[in-house]
Amino acid sequence: MTVITHDASVLGEDPFDTANLLDPYPFLGRLRDAGAVSYLESTGSYAVAGYQEVYEVLTDFETYISSGGLGPRDIRKDSGWRPPSILESDPPIHTVMRRALTGVINPSTVRALREPFTPPAVELTEQLAQRERFDAIADLAEKYPLRVFPDAVGIPDVGREHLLPYGNMVFNAFGPENYIFKQAFAQGDEHAAAVMRNCQRENLDDVGFGAQIWKRVEDGLITEQQATLLVRALLSAGVDTTIFGIGNTLSVLARYPEAWARLRENPKLAKFAVDEALRLESPFQKFHRTVAVDTVLGGVHLPAGAKVLVFLGAANRDPRKWGDNADDFDLHRNASGHVAFGMGLHQCVGQPIARLEMEIVLQQLLKRVAAIEPDGAPAPILHNVLRGFESLPVRITAA
Amino acid sequence: MSASAGATIDAVVDQVDSVADQVVSLVLRRADGQPFQPWQPGAHIDVHVGDGLVRQYSLCSSPDELDHLRIGVLHVPDSRGGSKAVHALLAGTPLTISEPRNNFPMRDSRRYLFLAGGIGITPLIPMLEAAEAAGKEWTLVYGGRSRNTMAFAQQLEDRYGPDRIRIIAEDEAGRLDLDQILGMPRAHMLVYACGPGGLLGAVEERCMGWPPGALHTERFVASTLGAAAANAPFEVELARTGTTVTVPNDKTILEAVEEVGVRVLSSCRGGLCGTCETQIISGEPEHRDAVLSQEDRDAGEVMLVCVSRAAAGCPRLVLDL
Repeated sequence: MTVITHDASVLGEDPFDTANLLDPYPFLGRLRDAGAVSYLESTGSYAVAGYQEVYEVLTDFETYISSGGLGPRDIRKDSGWRPPSILESDPPIHTVMRRALTGVINPSTVRALREPFTPPAVELTEQLAQRERFDAIADLAEKYPLRVFPDAVGIPDVGREHLLPYGNMVFNAFGPENYIFKQAFAQGDEHAAAVMRNCQRENLDDVGFGAQIWKRVEDGLITEQQATLLVRALLSAGVDTTIFGIGNTLSVLARYPEAWARLRENPKLAKFAVDEALRLESPFQKFHRTVAVDTVLGGVHLPAGAKVLVFLGAANRDPRKWGDNADDFDLHRNASGHVAFGMGLHQCVGQPIARLEMEIVLQQLLKRVAAIEPDGAPAPILHNVLRGFESLPVRITAA
Repeated sequence: MSASAGATIDAVVDQVDSVADQVVSLVLRRADGQPFQPWQPGAHIDVHVGDGLVRQYSLCSSPDELDHLRIGVLHVPDSRGGSKAVHALLAGTPLTISEPRNNFPMRDSRRYLFLAGGIGITPLIPMLEAAEAAGKEWTLVYGGRSRNTMAFAQQLEDRYGPDRIRIIAEDEAGRLDLDQILGMPRAHMLVYACGPGGLLGAVEERCMGWPPGALHTERFVASTLGAAAANAPFEVELARTGTTVTVPNDKTILEAVEEVGVRVLSSCRGGLCGTCETQIISGEPEHRDAVLSQEDRDAGEVMLVCVSRAAAGCPRLVLDL
């Protein structure tokens, strides 16, 4: 079979420059229009932004491997800043770790969380409903996951203050070593050491996800080091992204008053609102894969060893997949198939927990807030790969 | 589209062959000489075996040949008599059956791994043919106690060759080494497995390390039900809207509910991710997913509507939708 290939269009724009990080969508539109695969001079990597190509890279985990790391550097050549996580592994190493996690986080174990996860959401939203205005990030999105998630994993109270800065390091490291990266890594050793300490068996309670993961060591499925890394993966992946997910959902809903009214009439739709908001404002916007063998994607030849920057957030707004209103929030849209949680082998294991947290917060807020609207411009956060807000001032009418 | 509830066909047993120790193959034709309705790999038929007993048997003939259907039936001595009755059938006997139905459809992909335990080989045979015809990359791993108990093993090996067909007889090579077979997930590879519950449980456990949606299973011992109704159309009442929908054989609850405009959050649509988990208000489900624990199944409070159905003898489920 002859495959006709052409050169990737070369883009001089830098996806990691400040303007593109603060407002990514105009650039992502240009990137999609430039062709199926582009070459980014700034990072020396190829870029895919269309749904079809992103889906292909995510699902073909043999051609587009993860053990090269999710950042622009190949961590196989140049050891990374920490032992590789499950996200930075391929089968068969990935397989046993994934199996251990899936055995621990599944519908029945997550269902049991609804009860402990609800009272903190009630308490927080009751307090907020008494105010006319608040910051949806600092006063809600950042507070709620930190109240419930570390308890679910079963880590001690001591050292929890390191979780947010640690998550910030982990995700910013999927971008280049720019000033954002360097800032995130200030006091990095201290944060990493504190989080690693909380992943040890003796520091975890007996019932949380952490202890359940360690049980798989007794079963002989995983090693002690893998158990530590899996607990670490939960702690780093489970906090920031959920905070961003809650914040992004509220940032969208504050702009769509009719949607809020519809949700008040039918709170059962809350989870669909969250799903559509995740599509539109995906917290995890992009990461790299490494090309394992010479291949062709979208008619472009990709050499072995090349890095591919996968734009999840752009795929989730590709008009070829989502239609001409891809940039709009549509409560009626079936957002199923979005790649905000990834797709395929590395698809987010904690997805049901994240969805539960986001749904509970939104439902409790809907109960107590009749209307919500922006109270000034939201401040987007400067982050290499996550999309979210540092501050999101809102004005509300209590129900 | 599909046969309506209880619709039956008068058929006749055309040929009976012993194809392995305790396994017979039956070739069935319509009594009126007409062809059967088209069917897809993975399909089964109901066989009315007398005394009100109805059993499901997967089709192992070719979907290209609609003038007959073939089933393979294992004699299970301690069962409730279905297989014994089938084993007593002779060529020329009239037999009441249903049109083919499919609860184990084959999704299009680039690669397949077929995994059979014993008589679980039957629904996979038409799948191998389809995969081969479409030029897909595929392998069958077929485990059984000994070669003489493994129906169709030799014919499959002769037809497709030992590279494609891996016969693992326990008395020669030990049991299937699932850690080895499933230890290395392959991109775009779907796993279709059929066999005894113990084997499928072990397969499900290992496939937790595979991409969500890769594994598809059919428990040929129809989860202790073994009665006709498990594959009959049933009604689902949506408690929140008061709507009632009928779920035909060829649709999932999820599809039927979506068709009347009710939304259910879903993701893999294959019983593997749990996103579509729905509360059951009343009625008894037949769980066909790979995510709920035994405890959950026994409690019967939730179900995954993308794959699971109403249990035998339960004409109506009321769901919190």
